[in-house]
Amino acid sequence: MSSEAIAIQTAEAAGQPWVQTLHEWVTTVDHKRLGILYILYALVFLVIGGVEATVIRIQLMRPHNDFVSPQVFNRMFTMHGTTMIFFVAMPILFGFANYLVPLMIGARDMAFPRLNAFSFWLTALGGFLLYFSFLGGSGLYGAGNAPDVGWWAYAPLASRAFSPGHSSDYWTIAILASGFGSIGTAINIITTIVSMRCPGMTLSRMPLLAWMNLVMSGMVLLAISPLSAAQIMLLVDRYLGGHFFDTQAGGSATLWMHFFWIFGHPEVYVLIIPCFAFASEIIPVFSRKPIFGYPVMVGATVCIAFVSMSVWAHHMFTIGMNSYANSFFTITTMAVGVPTGIKIFNWLGTMWGGKIQFKTPMLFCIGFLFQFLIAGLTGIMLASSPFDWQLSGSYFVVAHFHYVIVGGILFALFGAFYYWYPKITGRMLNEGLGKLHFWLFLIGFHLTFDLMHIPGLLGMPRRIYTYEPGRGWETLNFLVTIGAFIQGIAVLVFVANLIISYFKGAKAGNDPWDAWTLEWSVSSPPPTYNFSSIPAVASRRPLWDLKHPEDPDSHYE
Amino acid sequence: MRETPHKTESGVIVGRLAGVLLLLAGILLAAGLCVANPTTNHPVPNIFDPHSTPADSIRHLSHFVLGVTGLIFLVVFSLLVYVVVKFRDRAVGAEREPAQVYGSTQIELAWTIIPILIVVVLFLATARVIHAIQDARKPAEAVEVTAIGHQFWWEFRYPELGVVTANELHVPVSDPSHPTPTFLKLLSADTDHSFWIPQLAGKTDLIPNRVNETWLDPHETGLFLGQCAQYCGTQHAKMLLRVYVDSPEDFKVWARRQQQPANDDEKEAAGRRVFERTACLNCHALNGTRGTGRFGPDLTHLMSRKTIAAGASLNTHENLRLWIQNPDAIKPGSLMPAMKLSDAELDALVRYLETLQ
Repeated sequence: MSSEAIAIQTAEAAGQPWVQTLHEWVTTVDHKRLGILYILYALVFLVIGGVEATVIRIQLMRPHNDFVSPQVFNRMFTMHGTTMIFFVAMPILFGFANYLVPLMIGARDMAFPRLNAFSFWLTALGGFLLYFSFLGGSGLYGAGNAPDVGWWAYAPLASRAFSPGHSSDYWTIAILASGFGSIGTAINIITTIVSMRCPGMTLSRMPLLAWMNLVMSGMVLLAISPLSAAQIMLLVDRYLGGHFFDTQAGGSATLWMHFFWIFGHPEVYVLIIPCFAFASEIIPVFSRKPIFGYPVMVGATVCIAFVSMSVWAHHMFTIGMNSYANSFFTITTMAVGVPTGIKIFNWLGTMWGGKIQFKTPMLFCIGFLFQFLIAGLTGIMLASSPFDWQLSGSYFVVAHFHYVIVGGILFALFGAFYYWYPKITGRMLNEGLGKLHFWLFLIGFHLTFDLMHIPGLLGMPRRIYTYEPGRGWETLNFLVTIGAFIQGIAVLVFVANLIISYFKGAKAGNDPWDAWTLEWSVSSPPPTYNFSSIPAVASRRPLWDLKHPEDPDSHYE
Repeated sequence: MRETPHKTESGVIVGRLAGVLLLLAGILLAAGLCVANPTTNHPVPNIFDPHSTPADSIRHLSHFVLGVTGLIFLVVFSLLVYVVVKFRDRAVGAEREPAQVYGSTQIELAWTIIPILIVVVLFLATARVIHAIQDARKPAEAVEVTAIGHQFWWEFRYPELGVVTANELHVPVSDPSHPTPTFLKLLSADTDHSFWIPQLAGKTDLIPNRVNETWLDPHETGLFLGQCAQYCGTQHAKMLLRVYVDSPEDFKVWARRQQQPANDDEKEAAGRRVFERTACLNCHALNGTRGTGRFGPDLTHLMSRKTIAAGASLNTHENLRLWIQNPDAIKPGSLMPAMKLSDAELDALVRYLETLQ
């Protein structure tokens, strides 16, 4: 395709009626547009899930509060968890993968553009179905209710005896639909990375972001499949008289746990590995050095993927497994800490001796590093199964996984937003608002989730809509709620920044960060076909080679 | 063209970061002091204040794990602070890139091998405690209890003593020289539950179609609090648990009283008739009446318990009346139905129940 043809297409886009623009977006198979759709869709659900979290926190602000009924509270934490994992974290990461992977490997699109669109719309359908339960959960007459079985829907709570009506059916099909979408996207990412890299881009020259998304997609295939199987079995139980998980008819409650957590634990790495990818792209650029130990980073990622497939039952230390099983899952879980630690050291090694620039994306990455370190260490505590018998199911665990998901994943994601927004929109995000966003969110985050560990140590279980006074939990819960509000304000600052900068932000140019990967070689936003002629690369940092012809990377690799 | 931030700007950032951390440490410390206020009644179920052998072994292990992870944190955090302070871009206007370093095999090997060694040590320490707690031998003197989780209350049966009670578990204190631990067989009548008394033992789930076991070995008398720790439905929050650790003598006296049949004083025949002629007896067992239900707590010695509704409310005259008339006022979503009795029936029934010492 010549550059002339690209120019003509862009000219046509300007000044067309909005209906046609909408039609183009709905029917698009362009990886960049689908990426943006994924991200916007996830942002909407981020706000919805955030509102649910706020309801939970207001209810727990003081003992014996009656802000919401127990029934509503139980629906809120079920919907909050399900929304944040399946309809915020997964789609937003798929969005970035969709947008960035082809650009970074020098391809013009994903391998299967139509499958890509199909996957997105399946995921979108899933989110719609989940929230339709508010209207249709009890039948078709509009007196709905949302599922209240918890985001892992343990058997037999999700059986017909304990969950009448259709609310948990909507939960099941929502996850099934979005799961098929995820599998489609994973196949797409794998195929794209394996077969569509530009000339010269061997596997060992591929940007770490592509590597890590490749590993993540492989894990999606392995993790989502058992989850989908379990959801189908649950539907068989509920409608076709099956007894897989129906304990009243001899079914097994622990079978569901195994199915769920063989998905659930790898899922954590499905979410965090793309965030490792963001950190591995952003930290080098703002330290002005290449990533330290590239092959080790790749090896550690693959290692995490393998080991994390054998740790699922550490979510089940309290179900009465024998001492050998508990020991096995203790050692495998602790072992994941080794490759994860290597990554942290490698990022530190990248910063060591560099010239670190504290732009907003880098600030978020440093926050990510700090919080991920702590989350990893509390993870080691939870891996020690006797210690876990005290910590499991308590607010300590809630604090731990929010440290991973908010302190780790969300911080890295915010970094990614500030870093790639100029590429996606052609305009810079405002630095002042960005720094305000960072500091507010950091303070709110630590106020909420540092303190949240303590009620867990003092015996406060999770998923309780109210608690007794006098157990030492009141002050802490009150402060945790204050922190949640500060985080909420910070997210509003972020959303405002996204909107304001879209219209008024400084023009970004092709390469605002003086970066080294291929996406910065094209215009911002990139043309529909990405590259008018497919680039050829000779090292991991093609733009470094271009900018420093006297000292190219290709001499050293 | 690359922008370079001012030296002062990054210095301020680092200063702020340190400030935030100090503030947080202060808050944590203050919060810790607020709650670390032990009384004889153990109102705060603090896992670091154990009074029983298994909980105590866990605390020892947790101190070790906390020590090791704390050290790792200190080392890595200091490195992070050092890197951020030392290598911030301070060359105003300088365009030269720093030396491009790609990695170092020796360093990579070092930070692979050291963590592996740490993991091995942590694992060995953990495996010892797993074995000590899970594979503990049951002595002949052990008290046996079957605990059954229900939505949303606890049933306790002492098969050797012929005692059935609910929500308030009584166990004898265990003298280390002649241990009399309590071994619990854990069952569930409906959904998953979890038995957790933080100061006595870690949690173990009660799962339908499955038999689990846990044990307590308390060294101190008193009341210990806990609650269901696995989400089990609407009123998971008010499925509270009280464990009374009695002296051996008090425990014997308690058990003997629990073994007595229910009070069948003729003066309260009216109240007993209400119990027997309404839906009460479908769910509640009451020794000496026609009530043999198993869906709700055994009421034979209702007044020996300090609380009703699985600890949601104190066992007083007013609360008992309210609980029978309108359970949702105390525990919305509980499976106890509102009994819709007339005032006369209610008076008679409550008067009768209050004789069930």
